[in-house]
Amino acid sequence: MVNGRKKLYNVGALLRGMAVTFRFMFRRKPTIQYPSVKKKHAPRFHGLHELRRYGDGKERCIGCELCSSVCPANAITVIGAENSPEDRRSPGERYAARYEIDELRCIFCGMCEEACPTDAIVLTPRFEMSDYRRGSLIYAKDRLLVPPDAGVGMAPDDRPGGIPADLGRVAEVKSNVDTDVGYDATWRGTVLKTQTKGLAE
Amino acid sequence: MTSWWTPQASIWWVVLIKCAVLLFVVITTFAYAMLFERKIMGWMQIRPGPNRVGPWGLLQPAVDALKLILKEDLKPKTADPLIYWLAPFISLVTAFAVYAVIPFAQPGPGNVWAVGDVNAGILVILALTSIGVYGISLGGWASGSKYPLLGSVRSTAQLISYELAMAMSLIGVLILAGTTSLVGIVNGQVKLWYFIPQFVGFVIYVITAVAETNRAPFDLVEADAELVGGFNTEYSGLRFGLFFIAEYINMLTVACIATLLFLGGWNAIGGLTMIPGIVWFLVKVAFFMFVYIWLRATFPRIRYDRLMAFGWKVLLPVATLNLVVTALVVAVRG
Repeated sequence: MVNGRKKLYNVGALLRGMAVTFRFMFRRKPTIQYPSVKKKHAPRFHGLHELRRYGDGKERCIGCELCSSVCPANAITVIGAENSPEDRRSPGERYAARYEIDELRCIFCGMCEEACPTDAIVLTPRFEMSDYRRGSLIYAKDRLLVPPDAGVGMAPDDRPGGIPADLGRVAEVKSNVDTDVGYDATWRGTVLKTQTKGLAE
Repeated sequence: MTSWWTPQASIWWVVLIKCAVLLFVVITTFAYAMLFERKIMGWMQIRPGPNRVGPWGLLQPAVDALKLILKEDLKPKTADPLIYWLAPFISLVTAFAVYAVIPFAQPGPGNVWAVGDVNAGILVILALTSIGVYGISLGGWASGSKYPLLGSVRSTAQLISYELAMAMSLIGVLILAGTTSLVGIVNGQVKLWYFIPQFVGFVIYVITAVAETNRAPFDLVEADAELVGGFNTEYSGLRFGLFFIAEYINMLTVACIATLLFLGGWNAIGGLTMIPGIVWFLVKVAFFMFVYIWLRATFPRIRYDRLMAFGWKVLLPVATLNLVVTALVVAVRG
């Protein structure tokens, strides 16, 4: 009780607390004004999937269903079909007649990418896919397959633009988290490093 | 019907115009006090604060008001309709009424800077702010719901406890000034602001003023963590807004009182008399408002039993002692 009272009426501690909040008022704000300013993503950020094509416009996917088997979240459904001589979709014997990914189930681990024998399925850095309806988050071929003219045969990061067009403008991030220095694995790693440095001081 | 423009009637016209101007100024100040509170709290929490509506978030108060006006006006089935509808107005009207006696600068000829120069101004203010408590306690009681009731019971207990210490701390100033007129008190501070001889009283006043306006860290009346929203839990839309306005206007009021009684009102700092008194007054009030926001951003809510213990066992005895010592000193020195 005596101790508790001592703590309650410790005016020095109260003033020190007020000094802390006053100092913080002038700190640089780490806030990124998100919709108008976007944070730079890591080069291999795992975002929305994409089905790629070969240089001649043929689909890379051969409908082997390896991605669907390896998927830990059971998010991928592939139904393969035979190519016919008059309508060849892919260079192999088969192609994916249906290819659907439930982005709500997906955990963005990238195993499908690893498993794919033809590098057909890749993860792009696109991450803005929120929607009001669950159904519209099941992405089918109409949205997964790249249009024949868009950076054919290249991984998203190797394309001239670098980032798919609808990722939006990536402005310079103005924050005390320096995204370029010590930027190796993921952005989370970068933030962690800065924070540890701040704590050590 | 004889004439609207006899000298007698014109006095009323002047008062009416002053009231209208004052109402507008006070409401605008409230709106921007709220914006600045959110901004400053944001900065202290390393956030930018509201910045989406208008440049630098300056239109935020307008859209907030619009939102509150457009919201549905709810009333619980168990509420007492008349008192439930009335309570926010009690809070608001008393909060506004206080400004009728506050002088904002040396009134001078024609009493330009005050609506009414009452010779017992400080007593009027204390009386009106005490009536304002009825808004909170009746609103909580009439809601017919347990959390508002608890909030209003707390409010009543807290305000009774802290009002005593507050009045005690103010009497010290009244003894020094020898008047209860606010203009007289300010004019008594031309040489020395009363917060120096009455430092203890000043500190007690600042603490009790935070408690009187139900602001953090003494906002047990609203205590969101355990009472949902306290006395205003059941209120929605514009009626909630009225309570909200009343709270901020009360904040402004206590800042005005502190300025008038302790910080020399419109007296200039360091003889800088070329800057008009009204500016000094506003600067001092703004400083107090900042301190309130600062306190809110810094301290967590105090526990209820400690709030009571602090009020009765520390503030009241110290304030009484301060009063007795002041009275003795004034008596001995003539």
